Amino acid sequence: MRIHIKGGRLIDPANGLDGRHDLYIADGQVVAIDQAPDGFSADQVIDATDQIVIPGLVDLNARLREPGQEHKATIASETRAAAAGGITTLCVQPDTDPIIDTPAVSELIHHRARQAGYARVVTLGALTVQLQGEHLSEMEELMREGGCIAVSNALQPLNNTLVYRRALEYAANFNLTVFIYANDPWLSNKGCAHEGAISTRLGLPGIPESAETVAVARDLMLIEQTGVRAHFMHLSCAQSIQKIARARHDNLPVSIDVAAHQLYLTEMDIGDFNSACHVIPPLRTQRDKDGLRAGLGSGTINAISSCHQPHDADAKLAPFCETDPGISALETLLPLTLRLAGEKVLSLSEAIARITSEPARILGIDGGRLGVGDRADVCIFDPQERWTVDYNTLASCGKNTPFLGWEMQGRVSHTLLAGQSVYQVNL
Amino acid sequence: MKRQDIQCDSQGQLRHFLTIEGHKRETLTQILDTAENFITVGNQPVKKVPLLRGKTIVNLFFESSTRTRTTFELAAKRLSADVLNVNISTSSTSKGESLLDMLHNLEAMHCDMFVVRHEQSGAAHFIAQHVAPHISIINAGDGRHAHPTQAMLDVFTIRRHKPDFTALRVAIVGDLMHSRVARSQIHALNTLGVPEVRAIGPCTLIPPYLQQMGVHVYNDVREGLKDVDVVIMLRLQRERMDGALLPSELEYFQTYGLTQEKLALAKPDAIVMHPGPINRGVEIESSVADGPQSVILEQVSNGIAVRMAVMSVVLGRKPSGEEGEA
Repeated sequence: MRIHIKGGRLIDPANGLDGRHDLYIADGQVVAIDQAPDGFSADQVIDATDQIVIPGLVDLNARLREPGQEHKATIASETRAAAAGGITTLCVQPDTDPIIDTPAVSELIHHRARQAGYARVVTLGALTVQLQGEHLSEMEELMREGGCIAVSNALQPLNNTLVYRRALEYAANFNLTVFIYANDPWLSNKGCAHEGAISTRLGLPGIPESAETVAVARDLMLIEQTGVRAHFMHLSCAQSIQKIARARHDNLPVSIDVAAHQLYLTEMDIGDFNSACHVIPPLRTQRDKDGLRAGLGSGTINAISSCHQPHDADAKLAPFCETDPGISALETLLPLTLRLAGEKVLSLSEAIARITSEPARILGIDGGRLGVGDRADVCIFDPQERWTVDYNTLASCGKNTPFLGWEMQGRVSHTLLAGQSVYQVNL
Repeated sequence: MKRQDIQCDSQGQLRHFLTIEGHKRETLTQILDTAENFITVGNQPVKKVPLLRGKTIVNLFFESSTRTRTTFELAAKRLSADVLNVNISTSSTSKGESLLDMLHNLEAMHCDMFVVRHEQSGAAHFIAQHVAPHISIINAGDGRHAHPTQAMLDVFTIRRHKPDFTALRVAIVGDLMHSRVARSQIHALNTLGVPEVRAIGPCTLIPPYLQQMGVHVYNDVREGLKDVDVVIMLRLQRERMDGALLPSELEYFQTYGLTQEKLALAKPDAIVMHPGPINRGVEIESSVADGPQSVILEQVSNGIAVRMAVMSVVLGRKPSGEEGEA
């Protein structure tokens, strides 16, 4: 399949490109920019005039619910939603059912993703057996046989700091990045909302800022001691970002992502127990939101993730604390990120880097770039088109988003996965 | 978000009573004035008025409470309503769908009002958002969030002793962290114009940012009780008295328990209140609980009149095309 993407504004932060360029694709790769190779004859020409062409998005944190919770969503349904959102690579956590602590589960996920064919799925292996924080998983085998590209204990705590230290040391042994959810479970204490004025008024058990910042401080000390490369997932507090910025200044090999919804919502959005805003970590204060935005602007925060967690309708139909936390977010990742550029938090090129080249770099995978010879994972979007987040038109099985009814600007028109069209608007 | 929105119908009439927060002073005063009319019903030979005849009220208690359920039941019966008591173990309705299924089944039985108690904050709001338009919800306590009828009976009791709210200093003492009663009391007192509401307790039992609800926080009970007109003691739940919150009942009593000596710091005519049940010798000493300044038993009696008032005001509204009865 040979494709000529014509007349679009190509933004490829990894290669420093931002301008009107034609893109020529053959055999799943970018074969030329601007000048067609000799004898190139396109099977398909995509007219990208007035559109923006970027590398396919790389999402660091998404739950696809399969295996184990297929009543909520499947790999096929969610990768299809990813394609609709311009995402071509998704990184899934090991807290599936069964847990990804054997190569077979990882292989199953890769197999199902290949079968579906909408997006590439990469897996994190469990850091400890059954995520129970007691025994180290067979990380080398997970990597070699299961294709896991990094390890994580997902949302489960590692209460025993000696086991934690050993796990980090062992991961470092294989040069595996450890994805960390910074949370002190005792300080979180079964809370369901940010500990602050709103949770006090609503009588909701609070999760204090210190549940995250204390864990960040501990984790940084262990990272320093073990020399492991670490990635902090979906941080929510401004103070956490400051602590990690300092650690990076001291050359600690750590990276950070933030969930897109944390850049737009605060504890105030819980309103009168709006379960669509029940997320973990919780929505924090305006000060935290501003701090996260400042962290993006300064480059301390490397990436923006969807933190996609699709739920069935019943999961959100209960008193606030009894609902399942999480937002369905694949299809809003791109427009929310573009909005940051509109609000001058980042330049457009910097914003796109946070969802393409930077997450690819953190994962250590090919992707997130569109130079000659790179795989042709491409997202093309109309930056002017406005659309409303609507229950009936979201492709994800999860309709649980607080952004329902929000007007977004920037709509994906085409998504290519290794040079194959996996999404085209209005088809 | 204006919190009274869900509680009122399109004409601005009270449809649900979920929280004190957001209500106007006039609404609270209307309830208090209505309660005054009901206070003597219990003393009559026939303890009934026909205001809610033909109405069906369901006491939906997901969390057990004999005292509160009984007063709601008595209040409904004195208004001549039919009453159904449903006690549900939360374990059988831990998922939203089964809770909603059960609500829809009760709706199909043509009930008019659910009185809801639930261990989760926001449960009454959740139910109110999902019931049929003809059904009203009264919150009988949800998690740590609100217990609005308890707060109304407390301010009703205060008003009977000290009619001018604008000249009062009120102290709420004890476990404000876990108290839905205290949150509702704070909203009620602020709305009625009490100029100074004090929250008194150890740091471990005072929720963060409580000041933003319009109270002055005191960790020193002696300082906090000075010159107050009303002392509201809160129940300290024994199961919460572990090493993480308080070291011991004895130390709590010594530091925060209301004794004659500490009460003497308040104004000489200060009244002492407690939502009950009382832990004697833990949060209050018996001589104070049974003493001349205590109005604790009055609170219980007033509770029935106030709940009658809330029910009649809520069900007495005039839904579109239908004349209210009260």
